[in-house]
Amino acid sequence: MPVESVFPRLEALLPHVQKPIQYVGGELNSTVKPWDECDVRWALMYPDAYEVGLPNQGVMILYEVLNEREGVLAERTYSVWPDLEDLMREHKVPQFTVDSHRPVKAFDVFGLSFSTELGYTNMLTALDLAGIPLESKDRTMDDPIVLAGGHAAFNPEPIADFIDCAVIGDGEQAVLEITEIIRAWKAEGRPGGREELLFRLAKTGGVYVPAFYDVEYLPDGRIGRVVPNKSGVPWRVSKHTVMDLDEWPYPKQPLVPLAETVHERMSVEIFRGCTRGCRFCQAGMITRPVRERSITGIGEMVEKGLKATGFEEVGLLSLSSADHTEIGDIAKGLADRYEEDKIGLSLPSTRVDAFNVDLANELTRNGRRSGLTFAPEGGSERMRKVINKMVSEEDLIRTVSTAYGNGWRQVKLYFMCGLPTETDEDVLQIGDMAVNVIAKGREVSGSNDIRCTVSIGGFVPKPHTPFQWAPQLSAEETDARLEKLRDKIRGDKKYGRSIGFRYHDGKPGIVEGLLSRGDRRIGSVIRAVYEDGGRFDGWREHFSYDRWMKCAEATLPGQGVDVAWYTTRERTYEEVLPWDHLDSGLDKDWLWEDWQDALDETEVEDCRWTPCFDCGVCPQMDTSIQIGPTGKKLLPLSVVK
Amino acid sequence: MQRIRLRYTKRGRLRFTSHRDFQRAFERALRRAEVPMAYSAGFTPHPKVSYANAAPTGTGSEAEYLEIQLAEVREVGQLRKLLDESLPDGLDITDAVEARTSSFAERLEASVWELRLDGVEPADAERAVAAFLAAEQVDVQRRTKNGLRTFDARGAVIRLEARDAAADRPGDGPCAILRLVVRHATPAVRPDDVLSGLRATADLAPPVPAAVTRLAQGLLDEESGTVTDPLAPDRDAAPAFPTTAAGPSPAGGAQVPEGSA
Repeated sequence: MPVESVFPRLEALLPHVQKPIQYVGGELNSTVKPWDECDVRWALMYPDAYEVGLPNQGVMILYEVLNEREGVLAERTYSVWPDLEDLMREHKVPQFTVDSHRPVKAFDVFGLSFSTELGYTNMLTALDLAGIPLESKDRTMDDPIVLAGGHAAFNPEPIADFIDCAVIGDGEQAVLEITEIIRAWKAEGRPGGREELLFRLAKTGGVYVPAFYDVEYLPDGRIGRVVPNKSGVPWRVSKHTVMDLDEWPYPKQPLVPLAETVHERMSVEIFRGCTRGCRFCQAGMITRPVRERSITGIGEMVEKGLKATGFEEVGLLSLSSADHTEIGDIAKGLADRYEEDKIGLSLPSTRVDAFNVDLANELTRNGRRSGLTFAPEGGSERMRKVINKMVSEEDLIRTVSTAYGNGWRQVKLYFMCGLPTETDEDVLQIGDMAVNVIAKGREVSGSNDIRCTVSIGGFVPKPHTPFQWAPQLSAEETDARLEKLRDKIRGDKKYGRSIGFRYHDGKPGIVEGLLSRGDRRIGSVIRAVYEDGGRFDGWREHFSYDRWMKCAEATLPGQGVDVAWYTTRERTYEEVLPWDHLDSGLDKDWLWEDWQDALDETEVEDCRWTPCFDCGVCPQMDTSIQIGPTGKKLLPLSVVK
Repeated sequence: MQRIRLRYTKRGRLRFTSHRDFQRAFERALRRAEVPMAYSAGFTPHPKVSYANAAPTGTGSEAEYLEIQLAEVREVGQLRKLLDESLPDGLDITDAVEARTSSFAERLEASVWELRLDGVEPADAERAVAAFLAAEQVDVQRRTKNGLRTFDARGAVIRLEARDAAADRPGDGPCAILRLVVRHATPAVRPDDVLSGLRATADLAPPVPAAVTRLAQGLLDEESGTVTDPLAPDRDAAPAFPTTAAGPSPAGGAQVPEGSA
């Protein structure tokens, strides 16, 4: 069945909207495959604006992995801004893909990647614009399978009504497995309709279909149990783990947008997973084990990627990039190779204790030494023991004094407020730390022209972490604590003017907390917020705390729970958590012990260089740590001119 | 130091590319094509590219111009081909000459525009054009960075003609085509200003946004109202070093743009 492009109708609307280029597609390295020659078609969405969604590595990787397959096509769609949304509704233009401007409803799968829960209302906008019923139960054979992935999908319960299924973990192999199941089902003439297809997916144990599970509640509002309601559906759904990153060198042909986006660089994921064990960090917990890409694999990806894109910056991505076993050789090798070409290198996540000045020098050979960023996260030594981010103040001072001594003028420090057991005193110590940094900086640089910026936001407890049981600090207490810290910093006559202070107030964190640790009852709140006009909740200018609270008050009371119950309430060991039936590999008892260790201020080492701590992932998922060193070197390429 | 002048297009959906967007895309294309660019001095060196008189976002163009400076000499035709291949389809490099003359920007005296007015009866367009041309002055308003500005849209217009769209065009319903020759002045009179003028003088109100394309830029011959190729003086001055022109799409090969319909 031919599917028409909506572009002619969209085109007439574009002169009336801001930045129309974001809706036209045609990016370098984008792919348009013939519709009729493909039997499985994916629409991939990053549910935020194009400028944020386009550089997303997850979507880019899956787009390429799927399009490389014969008979399979993948196109991309992003959230449209409210100016275009209004026009699309007025002129009946449906949600479209930017590649060939086909209506999202015409695809077999509508896959959404959620890096954050704040994209949920945008999903509802897209579904509605696409003409797809908002709730799974109302969909028919004319609708695509709505599939959620990304880190937020590790607790998909708040969106259980709206999605047909969810996949947790790495997507590269999972999308291909799902494709084959859909292909077979379509080839057989779609026996048993949507339910049969979803059942086939669920049976694999790697696709979660919320409709096949019933949630039973206790009289006090807690969950009694979550139980499959169909024979053959597994009790727990496993995460997917790609082993050997060198076999998956994606993206090979990164998309190069015409519109301006948040990251304009060639990104290479140098390893996946992290076992530093920071207890607040969901990413570090759910992406275990550590799997390094080899130095030669990285070198090839950078070379091909730069050729394919023309970017002038290479980002070496991971959760803690300086922890790669061969990071020194990688940085030096790349800096040597691209010295002539004015290519800059960046390591977006660098731990204080893994930083060294040789590495920093390599990274800035082609760039300026404007700023370094570190994330101690906690202001006091005690706090950093609780969160297991063991960076000592001496480490930090030593590192920044090296930096200031080597020509850097600005250090940014990231912190969180509202960590478990935190007191005002813990947060106020951030001010002392900043003062010490400036004092040392002035001493080693011999200049008063140096700066330190303190950036701090509210902590949100996340599923599948040791802090999943922790009470979240209320917005009011968070704000009060941040105000005290601000006053302390501003009040420092000698150093205050050299210290910048940036903070996020506590309100967005409460909504994020509600969505992060929510259960199926939160779906009604999300829908009410969407229907009340809620969009782009990750954007300060669009986010409305009052709307979320109003909608929660309107929809939750019948169910015996409220926002505080989901956010500031501490959970007990016995409580069934909404995401317990989604298996991240982490042993729940290990997480509980780690939570108890946190309360006792006991640290846990990294299993890369100490014995295993039995977090459970490797035996449960049949995986293992993959790290170097490989001993190989990255040779400069002879550039053919 | 070799300087090369390039003519490029913004076609189809890529006409929504803003000038800033084009600059980024072009500089990336330079790197992909491994063009040996000359760089500015300073802490953050930039490749030496000068852009002239870019068409507004949303209007197509067959005749945009820029100049690049190279650190090493390259064969011009080959360079054009390489760069064209490095840019997305729709942003096409259609002509290139080595710079042998000065004051290129001053040669861009006027533009030829085509405005496609879907849903407008050609006869209505003709009447509006006649009314517009009969006026001495047609004040229009446009929102600029400094607020709403009022200026004359008539004085800069050298020629304006209306005709019926070709019969083989897609879709049905009436469609008028305007052809406009406008002198570059300050404040610049853009095609949408002329449309505002047509609305002001003759109530011409196209039901859908006009599809606007710049067909040519160059030296203006006042008497005939034609615009000539601004690269011609460089080509004439150059020793025989043949440059291949022509892009893949129909209008791409127009080496010497015509100034009149």
